[in-house]
Order: sequence, then structure tokens, then C-alpha cells
Amino acid sequence: MAIKLDKTDAVIVGTGWAGGIAAAELTKQGYKVVALERGEDISSEDFIGSKDELKYEVRHDLYQDRTKETITTRNTTDEDAKPLRDQPTDTNGDGTGGTSTHWAGWTFRFLPFDFEIRSKIEEKYGEDRIPEDMSIQDWGIIYDELEPYYDKFEKTAGISGEENPLGPERSDDYPNPPMKETPSIRMFKEAAEALGYHPYRTPSANMSQQYENPDGETINACVYCSFCEMYGCDFGAKADPIVTVLKTAKKTDNFEIRNHAYVTRVLHDDDKASGVLYVDTQTGEEYEQPADIVVVAAYTYGNTRLMLLSEIGEPYNPETGEGIIGKNITAHYGNLLFTGVDGFFEDKKFNSFAGTGALGATLDDYNGHQIDNNETDFLHGFQLNISQGGAEPISNNPVPKDTPSWGKEFKENSLYYTNRHLGVGSMEACLPREHNFMDLDPRYNDIFGDPLLRLTVKFTDQERNLAKYKIEKAKEIMEEMGADIVEAPEITDETEFNQDSIHSHTTGGVIMGDSPETSAVNNYSQMWEKENLFVVGGSSFPHIGAYNPTGTIGALAYRATEGMVEYLEGDGGLLIEPKEEDKA
Amino acid sequence: MVDDNFKDDQEQKEKVDSKTDDGQGVSRRSFIKNSGIAAGGVVGGALLGGLLGNPFETEETTSQTDSQKQEKNPTEARMFFTRYEDFVVLEQATERIFPKDNNGPGAIELGVPYFIDKQLAGSRGTNANEYREGPFVGSKVVDSRLTRGQIFIIALRKMNSLSNERFDTPFNEAEEEQQMDILKDFEAGEIDMKDVDSSDFFTLLRDSTIEGAYADPLYGGNRNMDGWRMKEYPGSVASYADIMEQDEFVKMDPVSLTDYQQKS
Ligand SMILES: Cc1cc2nc3c(=O)[nH]c(=O)nc-3n(C[C@H](O)[C@H](O)[C@H](O)COP(=O)(O)OP(=O)(O)OC[C@H]3O[C@@H](n4cnc5c(N)ncnc54)[C@H](O)[C@@H]3O)c2cc1C
Ligand code: SF4
Repeated sequence: MAIKLDKTDAVIVGTGWAGGIAAAELTKQGYKVVALERGEDISSEDFIGSKDELKYEVRHDLYQDRTKETITTRNTTDEDAKPLRDQPTDTNGDGTGGTSTHWAGWTFRFLPFDFEIRSKIEEKYGEDRIPEDMSIQDWGIIYDELEPYYDKFEKTAGISGEENPLGPERSDDYPNPPMKETPSIRMFKEAAEALGYHPYRTPSANMSQQYENPDGETINACVYCSFCEMYGCDFGAKADPIVTVLKTAKKTDNFEIRNHAYVTRVLHDDDKASGVLYVDTQTGEEYEQPADIVVVAAYTYGNTRLMLLSEIGEPYNPETGEGIIGKNITAHYGNLLFTGVDGFFEDKKFNSFAGTGALGATLDDYNGHQIDNNETDFLHGFQLNISQGGAEPISNNPVPKDTPSWGKEFKENSLYYTNRHLGVGSMEACLPREHNFMDLDPRYNDIFGDPLLRLTVKFTDQERNLAKYKIEKAKEIMEEMGADIVEAPEITDETEFNQDSIHSHTTGGVIMGDSPETSAVNNYSQMWEKENLFVVGGSSFPHIGAYNPTGTIGALAYRATEGMVEYLEGDGGLLIEPKEEDKA
Repeated sequence: MVDDNFKDDQEQKEKVDSKTDDGQGVSRRSFIKNSGIAAGGVVGGALLGGLLGNPFETEETTSQTDSQKQEKNPTEARMFFTRYEDFVVLEQATERIFPKDNNGPGAIELGVPYFIDKQLAGSRGTNANEYREGPFVGSKVVDSRLTRGQIFIIALRKMNSLSNERFDTPFNEAEEEQQMDILKDFEAGEIDMKDVDSSDFFTLLRDSTIEGAYADPLYGGNRNMDGWRMKEYPGSVASYADIMEQDEFVKMDPVSLTDYQQKS
């Protein structure tokens, strides 16, 4: 039997940006909050002196502990799924601060187009242009409504940036100016401008100067140490939950984080959640933590899986299209949507080893509404970028394609080109399909005996055509930048989702909208079905735009906490009336 | 920050390195070959030690330079590989992947085989940080019920037996071209390795070699940070703020974690 603990005002599952923001806002308002975190107790001190490429960038030390739980993957429903056994690509994290400590820090706003994607596409290209199995939907919130929350997140995280000339309206500038401009960024900007594009400096959560956020937390100036993405910051100069929101929550004395607390169920009766069940993985003891509100902020996978395990909401059924939980998984799959081009320079050397997680420039000339989809064999679009994250030697051995991957020639060329190489990267929007979804795996279990989350994903021509197109555009920029050899990955009809595709930008599963018919949560991330349950994070995105997700996760988390406070202060009930006309 | 001494250091090292290589290593090898011990299977450590201790001490080995002495690293002994015979196959295989050349040392001189030995002796070799529930499906190394350590042993012995079959000589004594032929067959997925695709094992071997060449020396490879020197990679530098905007390439003497991390 689980040990029943005293009731608290709010229990939060997960301590990343989403959970951290909820913790800070609720505790500041005087509510007692318990955060349950499955991973280790991590503080900034753990990051001091952590410049170890093998440990962090190659073996992914800060990533999820897969001995306890993982995901399984397959392409179609008639296949058995296979578990992801080690840490091959970027996935989600573990421990205090979650993935949000070892992120790179690119912090974008999605486009107004993204939030109203179905309406906008229908309006511009006609209803028939949307394939029948493409389950895009409006988000139930528009950009203008979310703008103040973006602004709030950017100020909490001290984002360094400059206005995107093609971007949506902003109520204020970024709190800090852009980071330093390197030769490669200058070359990218000049080439892009020569081609008529509108590049701007990538908004970064690495600080261009020392900064004090509105909660009074100091984030140090970035010293450009290079060990940034996949590492915690050695200098307290990358905005993460540990140096910001969790610190703010701790100052209030209303906050407790319990580590090694693995949440296995959200407990509930008819229309409310009553708390959560968790196991202390260091003692094996099981606990019940009752609370007035339950906040699930366990990343896309954890959020979706906890709903399925707890039997909250109706699981999505790909055969009938009924049900919501697990629906609309989208991501920037590494082998297709996150691809870029390589440029090799015979006569120019770059200090490629020097960098910062989000040091770069971006352009949006082909993103969302900027691109005319009447002219393309795909919908939506992509951004193009250059970034200088600090190239470390194990992970960066760029060689022209005709070079073997080992032996004399490999050694010679990889040494020669290591500092003579630049990349133009890109990120494309990913649109959901009825055949792509998450559910529980019937074969594989976690250490508690509960089924793992299973991903079923198959690419379509939408993604492949988009990738082919964007690669041509990236090539043109790289040529304009003066590279002697320009090379791109080959995208063929065989390019398919596999375990190497899995990336940290996975979204969907507990999606938002304006009606319970089409969504699990409303725009306060409040479950339609359980009014005191808030499921916060990328899980609520009906699709992922052509940007890294965390700016939008942060904004939606601030929006959600406003709802939580309103709920706790008021008489309960849904914070938003479901839209009538969508009701069956 | 620019390191003027870099080239001199490098030349100095080259000399020392080539000396080491032409010294006892070759004599040892030719002794084993000529004496027939290599073909004869198990040779006790005491016997080898007795035979190879004094008789082959040449002038070079007795008059070691200071830096040669420094290179005798007490952490360089086999932790995972119990059979010397397996380890020498590993040495040669990694050297073919990352060979010594005009740029500088190859895998052996960088300590890559010892790096891999240490990796396999730890969680990497036992897949201890991974999801290990069955059923095991798929042909990749990571999907196998075998651990990485077991797979390495199977593969290295396969390399050796193939070399004996094809060229009538153990892998570590085969010609470079012959060793390459065998490695290429592994790479092409043409070698039968039970439930593991040999091409995926080859990727593991290749990646482990690159890791050993460039990981911080704390892991036992990248000896003297020479992997980093060849790559003009500065290692654990606290800050590049001063050079970020600069057009010129900056060469620095590398720093490893042993100097970077806080110590009492
Ligand atoms: C290498 C890398 C680079 C990235 N770079 C960027 C970038 O530049 N820009 C960007 O926008 N995004 C980036 N991302 C993505 C970004 O990190 C995530 O979008 C963001 O951190 C998600 O925040 P979150 O709070 O939703 O989830 P997380 O930060 O993952 O937090 C979830 C927490 O929940 C905990 N948890 C999960 N399940 C349970 C359970 N059952 N019980 C208890 N606790 C549980 C986890 O341990 C974790 O601490 C990157 C990701 C990676 C891996
Ligand atoms: S590059 Fe800057 S923000 Fe990133 S880890 Fe180093 S000091 Fe921190």
C-alpha cells in the first residue's frame, strides 16, 4: 500500500522549464508546491568543470536514465516496435531542471500563422489543399493572445536577440542585445542579404551581458566557453530552470523538490484529479501525494504516457480517428527535418571550436505565410540558419563526401577540413498525420512493470519535398558564402523515420484546442475532462512550427500558471467554455 | 594565446615517437613470430616475461629520454581484455582506422587501444546504462542481447581467424593491406557475427577509435593531447570571448581537464 502524504496546494510532475515556471508562479502567490522529479538532485555546481565531450556530448550523460524507462518505435501499425536502448540522439533529460538544463538556448516565437494554421491554409489555398489525413488544427489561441506570455518568458530567461524583420509584432524588445558576431555569422548574413533575404541574430538564452530577471535572479554573462548544448553551463550564464524559476520558487519557502520521485499515475475520480502516485526509486517505497491541483510537466513523452497509464482522456485510435491522447505527434526528425548543407573552404580557417549554444543567425523568408505554397509541393515552410555552437573533436569530423570514413585519407581530410568547414542548417515545420501517433507498447515495460510509450511514425512526401526544397535554398546561400565544396544529404523516397530520427523537439499527444472534440486541453493547458489537472509542455502543440519549441513551451507555461492561479482563487470549473459549434 | 612553441614541440615529439616504435616493439614481434610462440596458442605471462624481459633490451630501451619515461603510464595495463592475443588485434585494427602519418601519431601511440579497454571494462562494455529488457530484436550492436564487451571479443577473434584462414598469419602480423581487406569486409556487413551486423560493429569500432583519439586524456586515450594538437583543438578553455569576432585562426596549446578542473 502506498503511504498517503499530507495534501498540498499543487503537485508538479517534472522540474524543467514547464514545471519550473509553474513552481515559481504558484509559490510567489503563496501556494504550497511539491515538485516530483524522477532524476537526480542537480545544481549548478554539478556543471562546474564539466568540459568533457565524451561524457556529455557523446554519451549524453544528462539524458534520461534508460535503465528505468524508454520509448519504443516503429513505422506502421502492422509492425512490432523496438525499444530505444541507449542514448543515440538528442532526447529528453532527467534530474532537476530536466532537458531544460542541457538545451542550447535558441528561443523563438512561433508565427501567427502557426496558431491558426488550418484557417490560414484554407483561406489562402482552399480546403482541398489539405490532405485528408493531415490532422492540422488551429490551436485555440492566437499569437496576439500569447504575445504577453512570450514577452514574460523572454524576460525571465534574459533572451539576447534582435527583432526578426519578418517576425510578428512584439510588445517590447528582447531584454538583452544579441551575442557577439563571428566571421561565419557575418558571412551568412552578407550572403543572405545579397540573395534578398532578411537574416537576424538568433535569439539566445546564453546571456550577452550579465542580467537580472524580473524575479531578481542574476544570470551571468556568457564567456563563450563552447561546452554549451548537451552540457549544463559552467558559469551560470545559460538561462535554465535551476538559475531562474526553481531558484525563485525556493526563495519563497513554499516549495519542495523531491528527487528520485518517479510518478507512475495521476489519481482521479470523476471530474477531478486527486493527486499522484509515485515511487521513491532509492527506497522502493510508494507514496500518494494528494493536491488541489495536479500539474503534469514531464515532457511530451511523460505527459502523454501518464495520461494513458492513468486512463485520463480517450486514447487516440488511428483506425477510427477517434480519441485524442497520443494524437498529432510531430517533431524535427534528425535525418530529414533537421538537415542542412556542408561547405568546405580551401583557403579559409575558422575558429570553429569556439562557440555558444545559440550563437547564430536565422532567416524566415520561407517560413509559414512568407512562402507561397501555391508554388510548392508541400505546405508550411522552414527557416535557414547558421550556428556556431563550438565544434568538439569527437563529434565533428567533417569531410567531403568522397572521403572514406576511416583510414589514411579520412585522417588527412578530417584534420585538414576540421576548421575549414561551415554548415547552413535548417528546421522545417512538421505537420501531423493520422497515421502518426503515440500509444502504450504491448511488449515492453518499465522497471515498475508498466508499458512503455510507443511511437508510430512514417514520413510522407510533405516532409521529403519540403526537405529537398530547403536544401536547394541552403546550398545557394553556402555557395554565395564562397565555399569551394558544397554538399547536401541525399533525400530519397527511402529516407524514413528510424531511431536515429528521434530528436528533442518532439511534440503532441495531449494537444490543445478550443473544444474537447478536437483537443485534450484548453489554452490554459487545463484538461477539459479534469478541471484541476494541467498538462503543460510541448505535448500541447497540435503541430511543431519551423522553430525550436521552448520559447513557445515557456509562453504556454506562463499562460497555464495564470489559469492555475485563477482556478485556485475561484470556485473551480473550466476556465474556458468549450466552443459550441465544434460539438458533435 | 597563440602558441609559438607548438611546432617545435611537435617535432620533438615526432622524434621520440619514432624511436619508441622502432625499438623493442618490432624486436618483440619478430621474436614471437620466429619462435613460433604466436602459432602455438597460450603462452604464460611468466614465460613471455622471462623471454622478453632482458634479452631484447636494446640500447634505445635502456637509455630512455625523459619524455619516454613519462609515457610509461601505470594506468596502461589491460583491464578488460584478458587475452593479449585479442588486444594486439585491437591495436592493429584501430591503427588502420586512424594511422600514424605526417600529421602525427596514430591510434596506438595515442593510447586508443587502452582507451577502448577501459571503456569496455566499465558501463559502456556491459551496457549498464541502457534499457535491457527483452525481446532483443534487430541486428545493431545496441539491440543485441550480447554486451559491447562480448561483441568486441567475438569480432576481434573473427578478425584473427579470418587472417589465419586467408593469409596464414595472425591479424596483428598481417600486412596492412591484408588487415584492411578484413576490416573492409566487416564494414560491408559481409562477416557473419551471430545476431550482430558486422557493419554496425565496424561503426562501433570506428567511432570508439575516434573517441579514443580525441576524448580528454583522462579516459586513457589522446595521449599527451596529441590528438587535439593535430586537430588544432584547444580542449578545456574557459573562455573564447576575446577571439569570437576575430577573422584570424588562433592556435593554442591545449588544456585538459586535469588542469582545468578545481583541485585541492
Ligand atoms: C541537446 C538539446 C538541445 C536543445 N536545444 C534547444 C534549443 O536550443 N531551443 C529550444 O527551444 N529547445 C531546445 N531543446 C528542447 C528543450 O530542451 C525542451 O523543449 C525543453 O527543455 C522542454 O521543457 P519541459 O519542461 O517541457 O521538459 P523537460 O525539461 O524535459 O522536463 C521534464 C521533467 O520531467 C521529469 N519527468 C518525466 N517523467 C517523470 C515522471 N514520471 N516522474 C517524475 N518526473 C518525471 C523529467 O525527469 C524532467 O526533469 C533542446 C533539447 C536538447 C536535448
Ligand atoms: S557558452 Fe556561455 S552559456 Fe554556454 S555554457 Fe559556456 S558560458 Fe555558459
